[in-house]
Amino acid sequence: MIRADAFLLSLVVISALGVVAAQHQSRQLFSELERQQARARALEVEWGQLQLEQSTLAAHVRIERLARDTLGLRMPPPGQMIVVEPVQ
Amino acid sequence: MKKKPVAVTLNHNPLLKRDLPAWRARIVLLGLMGCSLALVARAAWLQGFNKDFLQAQGESRYARVLEVPATRGRITDRNGDILAVSTPVRSIWAIPGDARLSPADARALAGLLGMNVNDLNNRLGSARDFVYLRRQLAPDVAQRIADLRLPGIHQQQEYRRFYPGGEMMAHILGFTGIDDRGQEGIELAFDGSLAGKPGARRVIRDRRGQVVEDVESIRPPRDGEDLALSIDGKLQFLAYSALRDAMEQHKAKAGAVVVLDARTGEVLALANAPTFNPNNRAALSGAQLRNRVITDTFEPGSTMKPFIAALAIEQGRVTPATAIDTHNGRMALGRATISDTSRHEVLTVAEVIQKSSNVGTVKMALDFPAETMWAFYDALGFGSPLRLGFPGEASGRLRPARDWRQIEQATMSYGYGLSVTLAQLARAYLVFARDGELLPLSLVRQEGLQKAGRRVLSPDTAREMRTMLEMAAGPGGTAPRAQVPGYRVAGKSGTAHKLEGGRYTNRYVSSFVGFAPASSPRLVVAVMIDEPDGGQHFGGAVAAPVFARITEGALRTLGVAPDMPLTPLRTASRPAGEAL
Repeated sequence: MIRADAFLLSLVVISALGVVAAQHQSRQLFSELERQQARARALEVEWGQLQLEQSTLAAHVRIERLARDTLGLRMPPPGQMIVVEPVQ
Repeated sequence: MKKKPVAVTLNHNPLLKRDLPAWRARIVLLGLMGCSLALVARAAWLQGFNKDFLQAQGESRYARVLEVPATRGRITDRNGDILAVSTPVRSIWAIPGDARLSPADARALAGLLGMNVNDLNNRLGSARDFVYLRRQLAPDVAQRIADLRLPGIHQQQEYRRFYPGGEMMAHILGFTGIDDRGQEGIELAFDGSLAGKPGARRVIRDRRGQVVEDVESIRPPRDGEDLALSIDGKLQFLAYSALRDAMEQHKAKAGAVVVLDARTGEVLALANAPTFNPNNRAALSGAQLRNRVITDTFEPGSTMKPFIAALAIEQGRVTPATAIDTHNGRMALGRATISDTSRHEVLTVAEVIQKSSNVGTVKMALDFPAETMWAFYDALGFGSPLRLGFPGEASGRLRPARDWRQIEQATMSYGYGLSVTLAQLARAYLVFARDGELLPLSLVRQEGLQKAGRRVLSPDTAREMRTMLEMAAGPGGTAPRAQVPGYRVAGKSGTAHKLEGGRYTNRYVSSFVGFAPASSPRLVVAVMIDEPDGGQHFGGAVAAPVFARITEGALRTLGVAPDMPLTPLRTASRPAGEAL
């Protein structure tokens, strides 16, 4: 009788410890998840800012100004254009 | 004398010896039972009936539900280039009662906020519980303010919308308010899908409000969906810069351009002037905000004439070669006289369109019953909204045929007495560009196959009209300046007197609607210039060069093969058999 009681008691204790461990693990994982999600949000924000920067740098107004003024590019007159015809 | 001692023992206390009545014990017992019953009842009340309320109350003392912000979707052009994006900013607010700053702290804070110290102190001295010190501050500055750890100064995260395209894209995109909700344009039209849904999570906080532990996620935030417009950034830039230069050259009051893809009905560019910078809307006027392509109407003038010719040909009443006597450009109709700008005697139908003869057009139009003409205009979409989903879309005005008088039917044939939007006019020209089919327009990039259009004209009529419109945009037409090297173009100019206070004035709306390449149309371009004041006002002189500049650049950008030899033409062919 006593032996059976001791056995059951130890099962209860083990199970209780298991619950504690599982709870602890779940909290750890949850906070890890939160951290990663916060990181994902921060990266998302950074991506948005980089896209914004890229589109500011690649603005057509700026490209045209650089091409015309800095690089001295211009449209070729019709006589200088060569039409490449695909082989039928 | 001797006294007899009284025998007293502790065991025999006479007081104890007295018999107590039995009811007293029972009363005490009942009293004790009553008390314990009361305790049990109270416990049952708290544990049983009131449990949820009390638990919630207890939890609310330490658990909090925090909002997890969601970002608003991005808007891109058809190639994926960013047109609008939200980035986080912070707003600084204060509880004036808690904010007791030393003069040095106040100076440091005012410096970071970019405010005057006195202004800051005035705000902090206000009697309210909550004051914003500065809204939408850059995150790095906000972090430096947070590092000062000042009492009573708090921050909240917000989003601010940035528009890298600036004034170029302003009218199509619209803008959002300070709360990141759409207020105009696409931002308002698609607010439902662009706006995110904030999530929520439960956390445990300590007495000072610091988050000690995350408990659970109640619902994850749902970010807004990205939206790809049909607009092509390069074409938009072309259209906007061509329009801006024309506005300066002709000292015009306003102007608008719309470019359509003739194959899909997508709007590739939509530019307006005057415009505004959506990133800085401090000094906005109503004129700057108006979207003249979709929400403003005007009397189209001669750009309506090709539709009358098309209807006459479609009904078999004329062919392009039928001769019409234009009576030297004058025709009396009741008490009114209809006259032409350039006078001719006998013109063919094709020449009526080429030379833009009012008299010739009226003679064709008065052959139809009013209902037929109304039904054709209605089938072309005039008088009904385009249903683009754009806020404030105008439907234009096309009165029902039963109250048309003869003179009204006559003026409507050359574009007076009805009003249209520039987008409606450009769309109606799709019937010429697409062999007689009309497509619904779209501001959003179309994926996959476009559903079939609605047939309004037979393919033969549409082709004959294309030839006529090519003549109108060629030498001998009203708009030879619409020509583009390397491509055949077709189109019609329009010059309409403006109606002010019930009278037609000598102020004009100059327009040009056309398509290119004429052999297999790819683009429909419509240009409208309001009140040009630079000495020229004819559509062929004011609007046609804008059309030419946009069409030339756009066709080259899209890589459309030239359908007319460049002069002098140089071609390079690959040797046969070489792989492409």
